[in-house]
This record gives sequence, C-alpha cells and structure tokens, in this order.
Amino acid sequence: MRKQTFPRGIHPPEYKSITEDQKLESLEPPKKVFIPLNQHFGKPADPLVKKGEEVLLGQKIGDSEELFSAPVHSSVSGKVLFIKEHPHPLGSPVQTIIIANDGKDTPHQDTKGAQDPFSLKPEDIRKRVRQAGIVGMGGAAFPTAVKLSPPKGKPIDTVIINGCECEPMLTSDYRIMLEYPEDIIKGAQIIRNATGADRILISIEDNKLEAFELFKQKMNGFPGDVALVKTKYPQGAEKNLIYALLNREVPSGGLPFDVGVVVQNVGTVKAVWDVVSSGKPLFERAVTVSGPGIKEKKNLMIRIGTPFQNAIEHCGGFNEGTNMLIMGGPMMGLAQWNLEIPVIKGTSGLIAWKQEAPPKEMPCISCGRCVQHCPMGLVPTQLQNYSRHELYEEADQWGALDCVECGCCQYICPANIPLVHWIRLGKNAVTQMRRKKKSG
Amino acid sequence: MKQNTFVLKSSPHFRDKDSVSKIMYTVVLSLIPAVIASVYFFRLKAVLIYITCVATCLATEAVFLKVRKKDLRSLWDGSAIITGMLLAMTLPPSLSLDLVIIGSVMAIALGKQVFGGLGYNVFNPALVGRAFLQLAFPVAMTTWIPPVTLNVNTATFATPLGNLKFQSSLTQGALIPLKDLFWGNVGGCLGETSAAALLLGALFLLFRRVIDWRIPAGVISSLILFTGAFWLAQPDSYASPLFHVLAGGLIIGAFFMATDMVTSPINPLGTWIYALGIGVLVGLIRLFGGFPEGVMFSILFMNTFVPLINRYTRPRILGERRGAS
Repeated sequence: MRKQTFPRGIHPPEYKSITEDQKLESLEPPKKVFIPLNQHFGKPADPLVKKGEEVLLGQKIGDSEELFSAPVHSSVSGKVLFIKEHPHPLGSPVQTIIIANDGKDTPHQDTKGAQDPFSLKPEDIRKRVRQAGIVGMGGAAFPTAVKLSPPKGKPIDTVIINGCECEPMLTSDYRIMLEYPEDIIKGAQIIRNATGADRILISIEDNKLEAFELFKQKMNGFPGDVALVKTKYPQGAEKNLIYALLNREVPSGGLPFDVGVVVQNVGTVKAVWDVVSSGKPLFERAVTVSGPGIKEKKNLMIRIGTPFQNAIEHCGGFNEGTNMLIMGGPMMGLAQWNLEIPVIKGTSGLIAWKQEAPPKEMPCISCGRCVQHCPMGLVPTQLQNYSRHELYEEADQWGALDCVECGCCQYICPANIPLVHWIRLGKNAVTQMRRKKKSG
Repeated sequence: MKQNTFVLKSSPHFRDKDSVSKIMYTVVLSLIPAVIASVYFFRLKAVLIYITCVATCLATEAVFLKVRKKDLRSLWDGSAIITGMLLAMTLPPSLSLDLVIIGSVMAIALGKQVFGGLGYNVFNPALVGRAFLQLAFPVAMTTWIPPVTLNVNTATFATPLGNLKFQSSLTQGALIPLKDLFWGNVGGCLGETSAAALLLGALFLLFRRVIDWRIPAGVISSLILFTGAFWLAQPDSYASPLFHVLAGGLIIGAFFMATDMVTSPINPLGTWIYALGIGVLVGLIRLFGGFPEGVMFSILFMNTFVPLINRYTRPRILGERRGAS
C-alpha cells in the first residue's frame, strides 16, 4: 500500500514504545476538582452554579451564548467550594469552579443517550455535541459543534478521522484507538451524518500498525477507509494531513471547510459517540504521563479538573532532578510551572524531564534547513528576522500568519535560534496590525 | 505540597543534535584529504602555508572578538579554521609567508568581521583574502612552481589553464592530460590541484548533508553546457568541458567555496540560480576574459546577489495562491 504524506517535515525521536503498551488506567477522582471556565478556543463560559451549591457528575456548571465557546461540566459529584481565579495550563489564571468531591459520583439525571443515534438529524447532533462541551481533543480545543457546522455553500465531502498522533512520546490517542475502536467508527458515522459528507477516512501513522490492522478489521460493514500515512512530524497537523490524503490545499487563512473537509481527532470522535449513545458529556480524557522525569510512565483516564499533582503522584512521582513539566507533546506542548494546575479538555499528555541549560544561541549561518523542513513552505529564518526588527509588514507578506508553530524549524536549527518564539511574537503583532488597519 | 521549580520555555522542547560548530568541524574534516594531497605534492611549503594561514586567521578573529567584546569561545566554533584552510588552498605554493599573513588578516578582517562576524558576511571570507592578494600582489599570485612529484626543473612554470590561455597549448597539442588533472600532478594553487582528494571530501559532505548538492550540480552542469557549446562548435580552438571541470579551482570552488552556507542562498530555487550563475561566469571569464581562471571572481560576484536572490525566490506557501493578494 502506498503511504501518503506531505512535503518536508522532520523525524524527531518517537519514544512511543515507552507507554504504547500501557493500558488506559482510570485515575481515582481527586478530593477537589478545579474546572476552569475556559478550556477551549473562544469565549470563556459563564458559571451556572453558585458557591455552596450541590452538583452532580456530568452536570453542566458553565455555559455561554457565544458560538465560539463550549460549556463545562462537573467531573465529580459534590459541593461548589469557590469560584475564583486559579492557575491554568495556558499561562494566565482563569476563573475556575472548585468542587469538593463527595466520592459518590452520583450521575446527573439529564445525561441520556438517543434511542437510535444514527437517525439523529444534523441539527440534533450539533446540539448534543455542543451541550456535552466537546472540543477538539488533539490539543487545539476548537469547539467541535462549530466544526460540525459547515457554512452554506461549502459542501463537505470527506470526514478525516485523525489518528496520526505525530507528537513524540504521546500514546493517549493510540490507546483510545486500540481500546475503543467501535466507538470511534460509530462516532465517525455520526460526524459524517452531521456534516453531510460521503466519505470517511481514518488516518493512522505507520508506526501504529496494530491500530491500523484493528481498524481495517473492525470497519467491516461500515462505510469508510483506513489510510496508512507515513510517520513524519507534523503528519497530524490538519492542513498537512488534508494535503497528504486528498492532495488538497487549504487556502492560506482558510479552514478545512474551504476544501470540503472536516478533520476530527480520534479522542473527539469517541467523545461524540459517548454523548449521542449514552448522553455522557466531556468530563474525562486520556492523558499520557511519560518522559524521563516520571517514575512509572502510564496512560491514564483522568477526570477534567484533576490537578497535575494527582496524576504525577499516581505515576510514582518525579525522578530526581526533574525540572520541566510539559502539557502536551515535546514539540508543541506548553511548559508548566505549578502542580495545582488542572488537567483540561486539551491535555493530551504530561511529559517531564530534567532540562539541561540550553546551548548558546549562535548567529544564523543561512544553512536553509528551516526552509527545507517547514511543512508550510515558509522561510522561518527570514520571519524571525523580520520579527526581531519589528518589520511586521514584511513578516505579513512572507506569510507569518500561515505558521502553525509546529516547531520543525527550531528543532532542526543548528544555531539554536528560538525561531518559533520570535515568529509567535511576530504573528501577534501582525494580527494586531491587520486589525488596526481594518478599523482605522 | 512539595514545591518544584520548573523551567519555563516556549515550544518546541526537542532539538536536533546538530550544531554550528559540528557543521564547521565536519567541513574541516572533509578538507583533510586535499590537505594531505597538497603536502604530498608541495611538501614543506604546503605545511608552512597551512599553519601560517590557520594561525593568522585565528589570531585576527581573536583580536576582533576581543575588541568587539564578544565571547572568546566563538573563536573555536571552527569557522576561522575553515577560512584559514580554504585560503591556504587557494594560494600559489611559492607565495612568501608575509603575503600569506596579509591575506589571512584580510580574509578575516575584511571578509568577515567588518560585516559583524559569523553569519553576517556577504562574501566568502577566504576568497576575499585571496582577491586582496591577487589585486595587491598580482605577480606573486601568478608565479607557479611545479609539484615536487613532477621532477622538472624550470624557473617558470604554468598552470594548466595558464597554458591554455597564454601558450596556446591546445593548438600545439600540449594540453595537460585529464588524468594528471584528476590526481593533481600539475601546477596550481596549493589545494586545488587534486580533484580526486577534493571529491573524496566532498562526497563526505554530501553524505552528511552539510552541503547542498544543488550548488556543485548547478555550477558544474552550467560550466559544462557553456564550455561544451563552444567545444562542439570548434573543437580545435576550445578545450573540452571535462578539462574545464577538472582544471584550476573549479572543483574546490563548486564543492567547498560556493557551498559556504552563510554566503549562498537559503531557498532551493535561489540556490539553482546562484549555482548556474557561477558556472556561466567561470566559463565566460575562462574563454573570453583576461584571466586564465575565473572561479574566485565568479563566486564573489554571485555572493553579491545572494540577498537579492533570497528576496525574490520565496518558496510557495502551502495553500497560497500566487498573485491573489
């Protein structure tokens, strides 16, 4: 079989064998959960409960009227202790609902599935997905209901189920694929129904052959294909994956809708199936806890709002000298500073290690490796130069906003230049500049 | 709760193991076969020139780093050593050591540090040093001695290209055979004569992906096309393209000088333009110019265009429609 892929990209060490055979293990819910009202791309939710109120497992405790938002749910049953600012994985503190767990996990009564999920109307599916607070679980946390609402005039023909998991060290998606293949396949049908697409493509990197074989076997009777793609970073990046599978290019500044595609991560698809089949909202997720800094590396099923501390302790704690904790994978993950920070809907992994002092930054020697490896076809060294010198007009012309911050350029840079860091700053400035131009 | 202090930095958190100095020392290593060949052909003269060049380049670099209040550890990033080695390889073996010192100082000072040091220079530093010597001391820079291995005893001796240009060796049937050009048993600059030794090092660099294959491919193919066209039309008046590839400084230029990362384009398309330009210019100078050899000036000339080339050869961004915005 021909393995599809995209041009350029990199091959970082994978380190997946460390945890790939570790079955998903349920982490005991903590005594207190910390549910941030903002765990998604878009507007934060408003709290629906008050201090002192009793809440049940799966009860909606925050919501918003905005389109680009998602509700949040209690991941335990118990009593609301506080609603206040709490440290958050994305950096700045966020309004957070803190709930004391009564240990009973009394389920909320509203949580019921549909009689026949496959006959649900698209509108109905979207409503259920929205109510369940489902967001993209690959890490970007884009509200899924929005992704399932193709704008008029942009018909969708293909649903891509993203099982690439191209980030090194992470195996949470892989475990979901091995342990819940039917849920994913059925969830994919629901997404196809919601978007009106004809075709389902489940894409898996060729370092996960076991999952590939399993899906090929389980697809029996269901429409759709399983596609094996080359193991290369960032194979799972939306635009690169669409190019690899369908040879279509999402226009610069556009969305997969523009080329008739919807891409959903396997974890998200399982969450969609959960809500339409049983009514279960999104209050737990699979998280890989790995890296040389962790004593016992594991794949855990963790309730949203569980502090990192609980997950780390369950994995035997940190090894001596560990001084770095990353939420997500080593290529795009966010460095964390506090163990009270909770697991949120976009937490795919917790990776820890001992970070040595980085080598000295050297001047760019124009080796061109960043250009040869940029999956978006950008010139990273030029972009960082423009950004350093605040030449944002030029940065915009050279496609700064097309950068997906995958980190290939900085990974490969022999001069150890923090390319992504500078480009990120440049992107912010370009966005602001564009906004000013529009309004002024 | 036990308090950990965590390192905070932005992604990515993984890094390839290659580094600037690793790249530099790989190049140093790749030059060793050619250094050995030149010591074999020119003996003590060669050893003295290499030592003088590298030592003077390092000393000049150290002075500049000190004056510019830069980290002195950069001295050992390997780049000054390469400049010294490459400059030595482009000098006539008969050159007196005081001129060697002047050339080395100029290579680092004028070729590199006045622009801001490593990464900021426009021209290949070694070639700047050589160009200075060529313009200031033209006679010394064109006085050649035969390699020790040739066993000839003449006061004046010419390079194969000099023979071709000034002594009409082609019409007299005295053109240096290709075999001698390939192994290096001819007159010429210290390190440029042995194509075999240079190619051995170049293969290593290509294999380690330190140099971009497009540059030697472009330079050599355009030189072959250019000189080949004239040769096919009038084989009696023009030397064969293969002679042009193996003679003079073309091999060292195409694989070790033009490929200098700092002074060559970063985008693949730009790299082709740059390489093809060098090959055509070499052909033009050799066939119709006043000098027998044109590799140095061709590379320096194309170096000038690199910023411009980089500007106009931006790759196509995924999803970009050209001319749309």
